[in-house]
Amino acid sequence: MSYFDLTFYVFAIGAVVSAGMMVFSRNLIYCAVGLLFALASIAGIYVLLGADFLAATQLLVYVGGILALLLFGIMLSVKFTGVELRTGTLQMLPGLIIVAGLFLLLLRMIYRAEWAVQTPGDMLPTTTTIGKRIMTDLLIPFEIASILLLIALIGAAYMARRERS
Amino acid sequence: MMAVGLNHFLVLSALLFVLGLLAVLTKKNAVTVLMGIELILNAANINFIAFSRYADTDLDGQLFALFVIITAAAGAAVALAIVLNIYKQMRSVNLDEADTLAG
Amino acid sequence: MQELIQAVQNSQTFLSGLSEAALAIIFFVLFGLVFATVAAVCALVFVYLERKISAHMQDRLGPMEVNTGIPLLKNIGHGWAQTLADAFKLLLKEDIVPNAADRRLHLIAPFILFCAVIAAFSVMPFGEKLVVSDMNIGVFFVLAITSFSVIGVILAGWASNNKWSLLGGMRSAAQIVSYEIPSGLVVLVIVMQVGSLRFNDIVMAQAGGILHWHIFQFFPLNLIAFIISFLATLAEANRAPFDLPEAESELTAGFATEYSGFKWAIFYLSEYANMFLIGIFLSALFLGGWTSPFGSLFGGFFDKPGWQPVWIILKAVAIIFLQMWLRWTLPRLRVDQLMYTSWKVLTPFAFVTIFGVGLWMLF
Repeated sequence: MSYFDLTFYVFAIGAVVSAGMMVFSRNLIYCAVGLLFALASIAGIYVLLGADFLAATQLLVYVGGILALLLFGIMLSVKFTGVELRTGTLQMLPGLIIVAGLFLLLLRMIYRAEWAVQTPGDMLPTTTTIGKRIMTDLLIPFEIASILLLIALIGAAYMARRERS
Repeated sequence: MMAVGLNHFLVLSALLFVLGLLAVLTKKNAVTVLMGIELILNAANINFIAFSRYADTDLDGQLFALFVIITAAAGAAVALAIVLNIYKQMRSVNLDEADTLAG
Repeated sequence: MQELIQAVQNSQTFLSGLSEAALAIIFFVLFGLVFATVAAVCALVFVYLERKISAHMQDRLGPMEVNTGIPLLKNIGHGWAQTLADAFKLLLKEDIVPNAADRRLHLIAPFILFCAVIAAFSVMPFGEKLVVSDMNIGVFFVLAITSFSVIGVILAGWASNNKWSLLGGMRSAAQIVSYEIPSGLVVLVIVMQVGSLRFNDIVMAQAGGILHWHIFQFFPLNLIAFIISFLATLAEANRAPFDLPEAESELTAGFATEYSGFKWAIFYLSEYANMFLIGIFLSALFLGGWTSPFGSLFGGFFDKPGWQPVWIILKAVAIIFLQMWLRWTLPRLRVDQLMYTSWKVLTPFAFVTIFGVGLWMLF
């Protein structure tokens, strides 16, 4: 087994097991920790696919930002009676059936379609290319994304402000 | 096992998508549903980047994934603000109880 | 790493028969152990240095008692083995976990923090060839990996089942997240000037003597950038005037209150390893990294590969001395002053520096 394969299997199994912990755990904080390891493993997968800049962005934004936000959200939205935060699940069996069916459908599609695969080239650093394309071809989406983030920032800060008496 | 190719990444992405969907469908707590949504977006990102590596010369897939990350961050922030507001009103974040449109 | 694996495979030793994956695992475990040991030893040395430096600044002597009984080493004196004694004590102490606390989270929280700090050492340039992994996104990787420490701190505060730990943990997390912004913005100033995120590119752009160091270019904008970066990284490490989360007189030990023995040693170790990391990070970005300040004087003798780690460690120690000096001189900031400093002082000044340097570079 080559180095590439080993790394892929390590990160893939890490991602799937952590996602499983996220879905099937009853303790809310364990769900968040499961998501943490899933996101970190996915960042590893990005590195394997040659997306170095995106992997670091994933770690910085998702783990350092969104996950911290989710943890704060969990801790602020529970009646503080104890350490255990139990959450139940509704109708797990129909959910599992639907989801298993969808997965089998996706598998059949993946293995049946003839993807137009080219042999991948060398893994070049992507930062310069991403930067250039954002500033030339994709300038409008970039500016709209910045405005979107500004709107989200203002909106979230306004909605979550302390109540005036 | 055979060498890792495009199909392996696509299967991984499908598996993560399906797990995220399960979280969205079967969880009571609003924050856990949000976590499921984040997992779905990440699975889609893996798909984009895998195709960008194996079937594309320019980095289109990676740029799309970058914009997905940005939008997901904005969405998560707003959704959590909404969840906090629901908690303030109803004292609980059980999504089944949030079923009145008025007030 | 690939080259190392291929070199071993091509050599004639008994290791060349193993598959690539097995060799990769062996090297990872080896490098991991080496790094963890180096970080632990550095942290021990810096703890001792802190006690001695703070003591001398406060006109007292510090630890003087513990010199070992070994004949030659005893004569060094000055209590040099104090941290060794402390380390032994911490390893042997009983590991108390509160009754209603979450045992698994209580266990992994210090290690998440520790791993985040140690992982960042893998890109630190100790010399031109002495980098474990000379990534093309080196600087960005350090910023991304140190954002893991937020999660470790929140989980530590939560898992202790203690209201004051939780409060300390959330305050600390808010502080780290707020100060990540000026810290990242200021890195942009340097990356604009160099044009690359690789650490060795940034260091080699400062070669040629002390006047080429980034801190003295584009005067005074880079100097302001250095000050902002120094303060922001200090706040991220919960040090010096920003150490409200571990305010000993207020929150006992903040998020680390319920930790004893080995897990507390891991928190302590990661704080000092973080200080060392910041020292090397700032010296590589602003103070010329492993290049010598003499440049071409002395005929380039000081530029030889053997001297490179010496220079960068000297510069890192200078920055650590500055950090310790600040800690024992300035009083602690209140939490609202802390937030004010980050959002209303450091971030606007960081933006001004970026614009200033950008405009300067254009004209």
